[in-house]
Amino acid sequence: MKEPLITEELIKEHGLTPDEYGRIVSILGRTPMFTELGIFSVMWSEHCSYKSSRLHLKKLPVDAPWVIQGPGENAGVIDIGDGLAAVFKMESHNHPSYIEPYEGAATGVGGILRDIFTMGARPVASLNSLRFGPLSDPYHKHLFGGVVSGIAGYGNCIGVPTVGGEIYCHPCYAGNILVNVFNVGIVKKDKIFYGKASGDGNLIIYAGSKTGKDGIHGVTMASEEFTDDAQQKKPNVQIGDPFTEKLLLEACLEAMDKGLIVGIQDMGGAGLTSSSSEMAGRAETGVELELSLVPLRAEGMIPYEIMLSESQERMLLVVERENKDALIDIFKKWDLDAVVIGKVGGDGFLRVNWHGKMAAEIPATKISTDAPIYDRPSKRPTNQDELNTLDLSKVPDITNSGNDALKKLLASPSIASKELVWQQYDHMVRTDTIVRPGSDAAVVRVKGTKKALAMSVDCNSRYCWLDPYLGAVHAVCEAARNVACSGALPLAVTDNLNFGNPEKPEVMWQFIGAIEGIKDACIALNTPVISGNVSLYNETKGDAIFPTPTIAIVGVLEDADRALTQWFKAAGDVVMLIGQTKEELGGSEYLSLCHGIERGLPPTIDPLKEKALHSVLIKLNAQGLLKSAHDCSEGGLAVTAAESAFGFLIGAEIDLGASSLRADALLFGESATRVLISATAENADIVEAAVVAAGLPIARIGKTGGDILRIKAKDMTLIEMPVSELKSIYDTSLERGLNQNEHI
Amino acid sequence: MFAIVVFPGSNCDHDCYHAVKHVIGRPARFLWHKETVIDKDIKCVVLPGGFSHGDYLRAGALARFSPIIKAVTDFAKDGGFVVGICNGFQILLESGLLPGAMLRNRALKFICKDVFVRAANVKKTPFTATYTEGRVIRLPIAHAEGNYYADAGTIDELKTHNQIIFNYCDKDGNISDEANPNGALLNIAGISNKQGNVLGMMPHPERASEEILGNSDGRALFQSIAQHIEGA
Amino acid sequence: MKAEIFVKLKSEVLDPQGKAVSGGLKNLGFEGVKDVRVGKYIVLSLDDKMPIEEAGKKVQDMCEKLLVNTVIEEYAFRIEG
Repeated sequence: MKEPLITEELIKEHGLTPDEYGRIVSILGRTPMFTELGIFSVMWSEHCSYKSSRLHLKKLPVDAPWVIQGPGENAGVIDIGDGLAAVFKMESHNHPSYIEPYEGAATGVGGILRDIFTMGARPVASLNSLRFGPLSDPYHKHLFGGVVSGIAGYGNCIGVPTVGGEIYCHPCYAGNILVNVFNVGIVKKDKIFYGKASGDGNLIIYAGSKTGKDGIHGVTMASEEFTDDAQQKKPNVQIGDPFTEKLLLEACLEAMDKGLIVGIQDMGGAGLTSSSSEMAGRAETGVELELSLVPLRAEGMIPYEIMLSESQERMLLVVERENKDALIDIFKKWDLDAVVIGKVGGDGFLRVNWHGKMAAEIPATKISTDAPIYDRPSKRPTNQDELNTLDLSKVPDITNSGNDALKKLLASPSIASKELVWQQYDHMVRTDTIVRPGSDAAVVRVKGTKKALAMSVDCNSRYCWLDPYLGAVHAVCEAARNVACSGALPLAVTDNLNFGNPEKPEVMWQFIGAIEGIKDACIALNTPVISGNVSLYNETKGDAIFPTPTIAIVGVLEDADRALTQWFKAAGDVVMLIGQTKEELGGSEYLSLCHGIERGLPPTIDPLKEKALHSVLIKLNAQGLLKSAHDCSEGGLAVTAAESAFGFLIGAEIDLGASSLRADALLFGESATRVLISATAENADIVEAAVVAAGLPIARIGKTGGDILRIKAKDMTLIEMPVSELKSIYDTSLERGLNQNEHI
Repeated sequence: MFAIVVFPGSNCDHDCYHAVKHVIGRPARFLWHKETVIDKDIKCVVLPGGFSHGDYLRAGALARFSPIIKAVTDFAKDGGFVVGICNGFQILLESGLLPGAMLRNRALKFICKDVFVRAANVKKTPFTATYTEGRVIRLPIAHAEGNYYADAGTIDELKTHNQIIFNYCDKDGNISDEANPNGALLNIAGISNKQGNVLGMMPHPERASEEILGNSDGRALFQSIAQHIEGA
Repeated sequence: MKAEIFVKLKSEVLDPQGKAVSGGLKNLGFEGVKDVRVGKYIVLSLDDKMPIEEAGKKVQDMCEKLLVNTVIEEYAFRIEG
């Protein structure tokens, strides 16, 4: 490639506005060189600079006594006791996965793992949140299969268990699927590493795979809407090599353990550009690189391409001169390239040389401090009021049997068993998984301690579409509720904010509302946001996805032996419902699936009540008083009861008694802050008293046992089905959906 | 002393180490794949699961040329005990320490789940000597290439010399096609060599060695070989 | 000099991938496909100075030792100068 001249057209092609270009000229005091233009263009892309979102992200709570590292590093860190810390983050790979699902999802997993182990942590568990269009569409079947295989292919090979996640299918994702991947690692509290290029004169070492031309301008792609020619963007997609990453993981952890590393950052999105400039920026130093020393895979690469390449499985390390040989030896042992490509400079400049000739010279901190920040206009969509009206009098209630509705709900891809998917993920490697996928939260023990980590990822995007604020509160509360249902105390959040084009005021309104919701819920639950990712421009031909602020929460379970699951354990236990059921059908899965209605307002929710619920669940479980706990969410009480019955094929007799509410609201309404629990008959009184003392309603609604799930209310038998029959629908629906009109 | 071999890409090395050292409480150490000597104090070598060399080309195909394999081969010839689990089994097949080969699972997908296997010829290997003949145990599998294949002559040999140690079965012990997770010939989940000192198996006993993991059916395998070594 | 190596499962060994592709082709309406076998294609760039017979011997050795598992696979190769 030859370097072109800097023209207005070239500036525009780099996604820079005239104003942004003006800033570049004033920072440099001259016209940028081609490589410099490339550097600014990726660093000031939405993906790297958060220019549309930064103003609002600042509102999120980030502190708590247990937070060791909040947003701004490769990942967030919390103290989990016993001298250990949990490092976690979630990140999206939406755009690449739509174009090439296998590699897109695989490299997403690779990227998030690097974020975790660059902090010095060994990755111990992954989650993912996936959203596709309807599976009746053959292309979405293909995307579904490809994404799942990609996650499996990478995660299984590198030996990190994928322990849970969520999958939704909705037409709003037909043009933009979402692939959000989460990982958590464990590190000794005094052995955490940061992405800082400290120490004037220290060496910069490049380690891992060679640099090729793959993924150049990948981040710019993630900052643009799709047009019809999305497929033509294929060359932008990177190829993952999980084996090399495994070697990189082991080599980095070994070098860290031996104290050979000063600072470290992976070369992911925006490659060498972001790693070098961010490391210099954080340390307030400079970095000087000689690009002719970078190991290259393709011939004829120029500095611009080397700086912008997004080749995977690469790391940038800062080491003291006397440790250089020892460090390189460790990488050699793992059959990896590690070469010196530059040094830390004291004058604050990012200097890029090519065979001794200057290709870029930029004040490093200015790249981030002088990056554009936009306060983009926001406006409530004109149809929002209309969307929020729901006249239930026109929706026929269930009069005799709710069996058909329940069957329909259990067969919906959003509710049905995902076993077909998680069987393809190695969810047991590392022998820590004590609650496997399928329960509310996954639980992973921490070897060498009594403790376990519980984790869950959640977002009901239909709620967020109907009311971004409430929807976001629900997302945080439900993820936390899932964690609390396993007996663990939710400690911190990582979020992945997936939205449409922020230049549209209606999308900005959704974004701001969701941020406010996350903020209020996180403050109430005392779960700060310690890391995250923003993915905007999830639009195709002007159609945006539902706002999808995916929330992942990690909690600590003090006694791993007490991990609680959602399944009824024995016949004769008392079934109780904590929380109040209201006539809340707006935005429910039931209305959507059984009546084709997606409108109204999401259920009301009070995060302080939610906090009280979590506290009482954790306390009761620590005392060994609970047999099961399952969060009531999509599909309401009926689906919750059915899922609780599936684990050990234990049925239940439930009577909701007299009520002024509609029958369908009792069965399928999604009122928040409710949990279905079971306890032995002897313990039921204590449990009831504790919940009442916590200021929450609780009702004894039935008993476990038999092989039938029967739910009565208002003197009617509304549900009466053999558990095995319901389970078979639940277990096989996803597979049937994927196999219909088999398409290769 | 147990030794767990670490290949580049081994993922279950630490799991096996944990099972030996912390679950059954026996001495264990790691052996780097570039090592060429197996010390005298080592009585049992474990080739753990994972994706050695990324499973590129074929699972186990590149690992078999690691220097340690020559040492393991000599060690086995001298009667040393060797167990290959999952990828370790694939490496034993590729290196010829056990007969046969692995094809891709018939459903062409990676499968991670609990399966039932029936223990047969348990007295053939000291790894299974404490299992009762015909006992049905629950163990997890996690592989994409566990579809065992050998030609008819080899299968006859395996039968004649009682080398088939584990077969996939249902919870009642019936060896049926429905209970076969990957298409393996004769539902074969594990085999030994003629002498009985080398065992290869696709299921992961180390993942089923502790009550907290919901399953301890696999622990007896480690205990069995440990007791045998200590008795010898 | 270039060596091209073709590896496929022996005809008596069931090829699950081939079977799936065969089903896929049928679903797409392609008639007349009696069987599908999926294999590997490996290209080696060789030292141009090597005599062709020596190259042939070397490639055969590579196949037998590493590139092919002769328990389940068979192979063919050609060398072009």
